[in-house]
Amino acid sequence: MTRVAVLAGGQSLERQVSLRSGARVRDALERLGHEPIPIDVGPDLVDRLTETRPDVAFVAMHGRDGEDGTVQEILELVGVPYTASGPSACIRCMDKVLAKHTLRDAGLPTPDFYAFSQTAFESLGAARALPAIEERLDFPVVVKPAAQGSALGIRFAPTAADVPAAIVAAFSYDTKVMLERHVAGRELAISVLDGPDGPETLPIVEAIPRGSDHYDFEARYEIGRTDFVCPASLDDNTARTAQNLALATYGVLGCYGFARIDLILDSSSGEVTVLEANAIPGLTETSLLPQAAEAGGISFEAFVERVLDLALARTPA
Amino acid sequence: MTIDETPRGSASGGESQRMDRSRTTARDLERYAGLFARRTQGMKSSAMRDLMAITARPEVISLAGGLPDTSTFPAEDLAALMARVAAEASARALQYGPTDGMDELKRCIVQVMAEEGMDVAEDDLLVTTGGQQVIDLVCKTLIDPGDVIVAEGPTYPGAVPTFGAYQADVVQIEMDSDGMRVDLLEATLDQLERDGRTPKFIYTVPTFQNPAGVTMALERRRRLVRLAAQREVLVLEDNPYGLLRYEGDPLPPLYALDGGEYVIYLGTFSKILSPGLRLGWTAAPRPVLEKFNLGKQGADLCSSTFAQHFVIEYFAQRDWRKLLGALSELYHRRRDTMLDALDEHFPREAEWTRPRGGLFIWATLPDYIDTTDLLARALREHVAFVPGRAAFLDGRGGSAMRLNFSGVGDEDLREGVARIGRVVNEQVRLYSTLTRRDLGVSQAPADTADGPTAASGTGMPDAGRPAIGTPDAGRPSTVVTDTRAPHDVVAEQSPVQGARIVPLRRRAR
Repeated sequence: MTRVAVLAGGQSLERQVSLRSGARVRDALERLGHEPIPIDVGPDLVDRLTETRPDVAFVAMHGRDGEDGTVQEILELVGVPYTASGPSACIRCMDKVLAKHTLRDAGLPTPDFYAFSQTAFESLGAARALPAIEERLDFPVVVKPAAQGSALGIRFAPTAADVPAAIVAAFSYDTKVMLERHVAGRELAISVLDGPDGPETLPIVEAIPRGSDHYDFEARYEIGRTDFVCPASLDDNTARTAQNLALATYGVLGCYGFARIDLILDSSSGEVTVLEANAIPGLTETSLLPQAAEAGGISFEAFVERVLDLALARTPA
Repeated sequence: MTIDETPRGSASGGESQRMDRSRTTARDLERYAGLFARRTQGMKSSAMRDLMAITARPEVISLAGGLPDTSTFPAEDLAALMARVAAEASARALQYGPTDGMDELKRCIVQVMAEEGMDVAEDDLLVTTGGQQVIDLVCKTLIDPGDVIVAEGPTYPGAVPTFGAYQADVVQIEMDSDGMRVDLLEATLDQLERDGRTPKFIYTVPTFQNPAGVTMALERRRRLVRLAAQREVLVLEDNPYGLLRYEGDPLPPLYALDGGEYVIYLGTFSKILSPGLRLGWTAAPRPVLEKFNLGKQGADLCSSTFAQHFVIEYFAQRDWRKLLGALSELYHRRRDTMLDALDEHFPREAEWTRPRGGLFIWATLPDYIDTTDLLARALREHVAFVPGRAAFLDGRGGSAMRLNFSGVGDEDLREGVARIGRVVNEQVRLYSTLTRRDLGVSQAPADTADGPTAASGTGMPDAGRPAIGTPDAGRPSTVVTDTRAPHDVVAEQSPVQGARIVPLRRRAR
């Protein structure tokens, strides 16, 4: 029996999703015969870890603090092995801009983008560059906060007149925003899970929004507003390309344990590009990674067990 | 839990427990999902709800609640009255009671309604579990899926999930500083009639409306009641705040004007005594009341007899009008504090209502600011409000917010409004930079006050002016605003850089 601290909650905007992920992990741990120690991550985190001395920590947190390397640094410091990626991979995944730069540097395809900090607009006159950017990216432009999960703050700007308000909205979530070329196509999510023979991809999930709300936060979490098809119906060649791209992304970003790579299959060109990587994707009943695992014959319990083994096998940094 | 009932204080404890309780697996969920009734599709959880959950953190100044200040209730008094109920009436107080409520409590309700000029017979009353249950019972009794409810726009956010759960089609009528535009209501009723649809009821909070804070003018009240009678449509008059008046003369409730023919009245002890009691009531035409009674039997048999005994005891032993007076005095001061803070900290482009009672101020920001996104930014400054979208079923309200002034002390009110003002001003400046327009920010970056703002209007358009939800909504009535499209701005002086900037004309797409 392993004593497992389940880290969930925290102060991020994805707190509620994280609590649902955490609850599910906890249940699985109990069924596996482990001893879960639930920790709602707050100012007493270090104390709780020192008091309870868990064998390992399962990080079921999303967004700020939990997915951006902060909690991972603390776990390194306290010396508790933990699940999933380490601080540097978390930082790279959480910051969509950094992730895309890393991918582009490695020659992996990702839609064109330009990123700006609030300072760039306020002090460096970046607004003057907007028309040129819009010219290059073409409309609609997707505007995203650099570091926010769950599609919060993501807006489509169909025309130039919509860009300023979309940028203002994105800055509500982060001090850095990104304007990205919109790719019309099929949304694919590929979960990657480490194993004895290295990372492997789980069956591909395709998210098919009902109606037009492609980047709607609420639709992502609501049964009935988005249909998820797993395995996605793709020709072998496309599926292989997407899976290889997901594995390459996982490697380039330095992920460990598991992660979910979101890609888009361009309907006109057939090209697959990477949108983002999630170092700790949702683990709720409606989340994509558990669905993919299930489709691949890996129960949620088996997933949790494997991830714990990987955490314990990792040599501390 | 409705937004209005978001508790303050330590959230972590409760949520840890929630973690403990969950026993669902993916397969289970799919199995349950197949069993859910179609009406559950109208019961939506939302991102806003997840955000609102964070507002319960103790470090957050929440102007999001609809909470009365229960600290005004003297603890010794509470203890003495509770002890008396326990000692003298415990057998009855712990027993089931009549579904329609205890007679002694109904006599208290008659007193409360008489205070606002309503003459009601005890037999016309049904005691409910909070005013919220009345909304549920009215829907349960009147609404088949697809039936039309006419409501104000914005409407009480807590009614939105109830309407959704009964699969009602909700039509929202614009408001201005005199409350619901009854002329538009009439036009809407005409239109619905032409479409072969009759609304089952008109839902209104005519006095100190939640969330808008405005009060329906007397002439509109008379016209509404006349319309209801002519068209044989019921009106649900939700009146939790009528007795919390800080200025001006009281207006007769719709129930008093109509004599209980077509108006269903909703009252509550939540705002004049305590929401924790969960006691409200309805007065309705007898045939309707009988159906409510059957509906309530199915829901909860009866409302808490212990709470009813407590209220009866309170009314017998204490002067309820005295507590009401103390509450009104306290909230009056807090309203003034919030209005002053809004004047000081909100940008010129914003406008807000100036309620003469109740608990809420409705503020409307420039239309390029989305208050749901703004809430995420505000939460980083540890302050919260209700985004306006919560008060609409059709996606309107995106640039508005509801601010509560009853639930927190003066200092927190000032600080809370100042923090919201900072993030709003930050977004106004940013938008101005992005569009090269000079927009009215109340503070220079160094936070030097720029004199009193012009936004001293009602926030709701004055009667006769365009209302919320129209293209002109959000435009201050007293400020001249540059309404040119952002990218059509031709050369103009940039006050930020002190230089002439080149025309920004982008290709049209």
